[in-house]
Amino acid sequence: MNFEMPQFAMAAPEIWLGVMVCVVLIADLFDRSQQSRLAFFLTQLTLLGAIGLALYTHWGMERAITFNGMYVSDSLAAVLKVTVAGLSMVTLGYSRDYLRQRDLLKGEFYLLALIANLGMFVMASASSLLVLYVGLEMLSLSLYAMVAFDRDSRIGAEAAMKYFVLGALSSGMMLYGMSMIYGASGSLLIDTIASHAAAGDNLLLMAFGMTFALVGVAFKFGAAPFHMWLPDVYQGAPTSATAFLGTAPKIAALALFLRLLVDGLGDLHDQWQAMAVLLAVGSLAVGNLFALVQTNFKRMLAYSTISHIGFLFLGLIAGTPEGYSAALFYAISYGIMASGAFGMIILLSRRGFEAEMIDDMRGLNDRHSGFALVMLLLMFSMTGIPGTVGFYAKWLVLQSLIDTGMIWLAVVAVVFAVIGAFYYLRVLKAVYFDRLESPVPIEAPAGQRAIVALNGGAILLLGLFPDRLIEICRIALGL
Amino acid sequence: MLGGWPLLSLLIWLPILGGAVVLWTGRDNADRARWSALAVAGLTLILGLVLWFGFETGVAGMQFVERAPWIESFGIEYYLGVDGISMPLVVLTAFSTLLVVIAAWEVVRYKPAQYLAAFLIMEGIMIGVFSALDALLFYVFFEAMLIPMFLIIGIWGGPNRIYATLKFFLYTFLGSVMMLVALIYLRGQAGSFAIEDFYGLGLPFAAQVLIFLAFLAAFAVKVPMFPVHTWLPDAHVEAPTGGSVILAAITLKIGGYGFLRFSLPIAPEASMALDWLLIGLSLIAVVYIGLVAMVQEDLKKLIAYSSIAHMGFVTLAFFLIFRIVAGEGTRDGALLALEGGLVQMISHGFVSAAMFLCVGVLYDRMHTRRIADYGGVANRMPVFAGLFVFFAMANAGLPGTSGFVGEFMVILASFQAGFWYAAIAGLTLILGAAYSLWMIKRVVYGQVRNTQVDELRDINARERLLLGSLVGVVLFFGVYPAPLINVMAPSLEALLGIVMPAL
Repeated sequence: MNFEMPQFAMAAPEIWLGVMVCVVLIADLFDRSQQSRLAFFLTQLTLLGAIGLALYTHWGMERAITFNGMYVSDSLAAVLKVTVAGLSMVTLGYSRDYLRQRDLLKGEFYLLALIANLGMFVMASASSLLVLYVGLEMLSLSLYAMVAFDRDSRIGAEAAMKYFVLGALSSGMMLYGMSMIYGASGSLLIDTIASHAAAGDNLLLMAFGMTFALVGVAFKFGAAPFHMWLPDVYQGAPTSATAFLGTAPKIAALALFLRLLVDGLGDLHDQWQAMAVLLAVGSLAVGNLFALVQTNFKRMLAYSTISHIGFLFLGLIAGTPEGYSAALFYAISYGIMASGAFGMIILLSRRGFEAEMIDDMRGLNDRHSGFALVMLLLMFSMTGIPGTVGFYAKWLVLQSLIDTGMIWLAVVAVVFAVIGAFYYLRVLKAVYFDRLESPVPIEAPAGQRAIVALNGGAILLLGLFPDRLIEICRIALGL
Repeated sequence: MLGGWPLLSLLIWLPILGGAVVLWTGRDNADRARWSALAVAGLTLILGLVLWFGFETGVAGMQFVERAPWIESFGIEYYLGVDGISMPLVVLTAFSTLLVVIAAWEVVRYKPAQYLAAFLIMEGIMIGVFSALDALLFYVFFEAMLIPMFLIIGIWGGPNRIYATLKFFLYTFLGSVMMLVALIYLRGQAGSFAIEDFYGLGLPFAAQVLIFLAFLAAFAVKVPMFPVHTWLPDAHVEAPTGGSVILAAITLKIGGYGFLRFSLPIAPEASMALDWLLIGLSLIAVVYIGLVAMVQEDLKKLIAYSSIAHMGFVTLAFFLIFRIVAGEGTRDGALLALEGGLVQMISHGFVSAAMFLCVGVLYDRMHTRRIADYGGVANRMPVFAGLFVFFAMANAGLPGTSGFVGEFMVILASFQAGFWYAAIAGLTLILGAAYSLWMIKRVVYGQVRNTQVDELRDINARERLLLGSLVGVVLFFGVYPAPLINVMAPSLEALLGIVMPAL
């Protein structure tokens, strides 16, 4: 076997992250501020650098493969990595004050976030089943720890336990499926698998493997009927962990799907399409109907996530590059919306008080009309009302469905979107229509206020001028 | 475009950005909010008048066209323009919003800046609806309207406002998402989102029917047609005065406008095949809802039901054209029906706005809308009573008012479709007179009923200006409707050419 020197430069983002993990770890040891200020700023700097490097090495480049075929560099990787790191920066920015108020502000939190990011980066560029799996586990293990971060919280421990057990189960499923795919194709490299899939070798075994792999992906996404862990984990985890968990890893799950099922098993589309339809419709139904009856805002957001996952799957079902780019657009805009929503919970919470019930939003318009406006944008964006980015996310997905002739599915989707409108409006009812006797003004640090404004502004701006982002998503999928 | 100015863009974005400014500057200074809102609304109306007088009468095509790429990857354009159908509605929007701003002057005390900003933003969005020529742009404005109206009813509405605003939102949202699916399908067929490209596609009949039904879901809810009308009385009763004015004067018209711009020309064969459904529902609206209006005990509910009946008359006119042509075989009859329907829409915009403003005047003083709480108002508010009676007569279609012109044209046209259509349509005049006059009798005339009425003060200068300007418009178009009809006739004729090319 002749050894070929890998092109290390292509993996610059991962290498940078890996090195910086060590740097942050050591730097935090010497930081005596008790606030982990150094770790925080270094982490943000690291993520910023990773964004720059991902753009520099991947964006607009020809698809290239190195590390003996295990690492792929293309525009899709760039978009996924930039989104992941950007969302991490936002959610970590929100988290700082929350963690400080609860005496949870330790460097480890940032360290875990960085390792999770490294895992997600690896997934985004994986071109081998093994690398994909390594990235996935790197992400998952850090997330388990983040959910359990408040070790004195009973409900947090329970959530972490659930997450860990079910997460391990799903990893097992995926590994099982991967082993079958390996058996059918004789290779771990996604490109080789793809050529075997196209040739139709060992189709039955491949399809079995694909089924298990898809179940694993669905678990990671939280698509119904594999969604059981999601509401409990969202509710039980500290909000800053939920915010992290609810945004960037969804992009990573999409990366998993795109690399494994589209790049690798794209030719088995006929086989996995039916399953994806079931996952999509199931998620839309479960997510929207269960969200209707929630009184806990975090839980409601969890179920609403499930319904958004359903919509995202609708884009994947179409099986066309247009559909995949619609799903990518959906994931990115959902990430922006979700980080804003969790950020809002963080903003409204104080020491010893978690603003996690919908009732806690009452009279927000009287307390701070700016935050109320952002909440308005967030909720209407999640509903899919024009003027916000959420509309284009839904529209692109519907477009790809209708273009492939699945009009009935589009109608089902919009009916569920209307049902979804009801619970988002309930939040706005609390924010705008319920008035408080004596509204207490909200005090929030300037940094957090700035991020909220940025978040709301992004939703509005992308809602008015979505063209650039649509274009980026299309380029990422090679359109 | 006039002298190189993008007039329609100005009409859309001036109120929207102006609304943002009002929101920003008026947060803790109500007076500043009021004056800046007045300035924005006034300026928009001036621009609207510039549009009216710059509009070339006698031309069928789109004018003041602006066209620029917007979402290039999907061929979606920022494509604006008005023809004789939409231009009067744009001006009506600007006019009504100014009235709302004036009407809110001393009355709205809770967060006036937010209130005024919501209406200004609403104005820009509604003008956008009327001037969008790209279907997706239209849809964006069409849906975005829900946001300010949701807030208007929910924040400043009556005690049952939350139920009403949720009902309003969900009804109209469900209707319009179906339309989105149809629009995406049409784009697949036509290759672009420009509405004009949707015309004459020669779609198979089955597809036309589905598209027609999808559009029907969107527009029937907006109009609203029987049986999806139930959100309207709730919304009206709970909405603040300004909200009722805008709902009645403009948003209902968007349903009617949608039928003209989308349903009829895009799915002409389906429209013809399904005209029995629309005619039937419209006649039910005219007769049944007219009767329902009569027994209402709440002033606003009465006017709300009256709106539904009047709008039923409009949809009747629009969908009777196939029977008119089949009956007498004249295209002029069909044109007369369309003109009548559109005139009726505009007129109803003025009259219903005036009626709701009158109720608002009473409500501000007495804080009740129950008819039974009034009686003998004329004794204490003679000027107001005179105006109120005038508007009620206009609502009933008294000759000399704008209400008469449209109704007369439609009834005249409907004779060509068959005697019974005309006979039932004519009931609207009788029923309209009955509930309007009976309401007037119970509210305005008779002895002063209680001390509350006894203490009423007549309307002030601001309210006189408000209602007086409406009297002027209603009389003007009632006596001399020619400017309005001349503006719309060529466009409607062109529309008829698309719907019924054979004749």
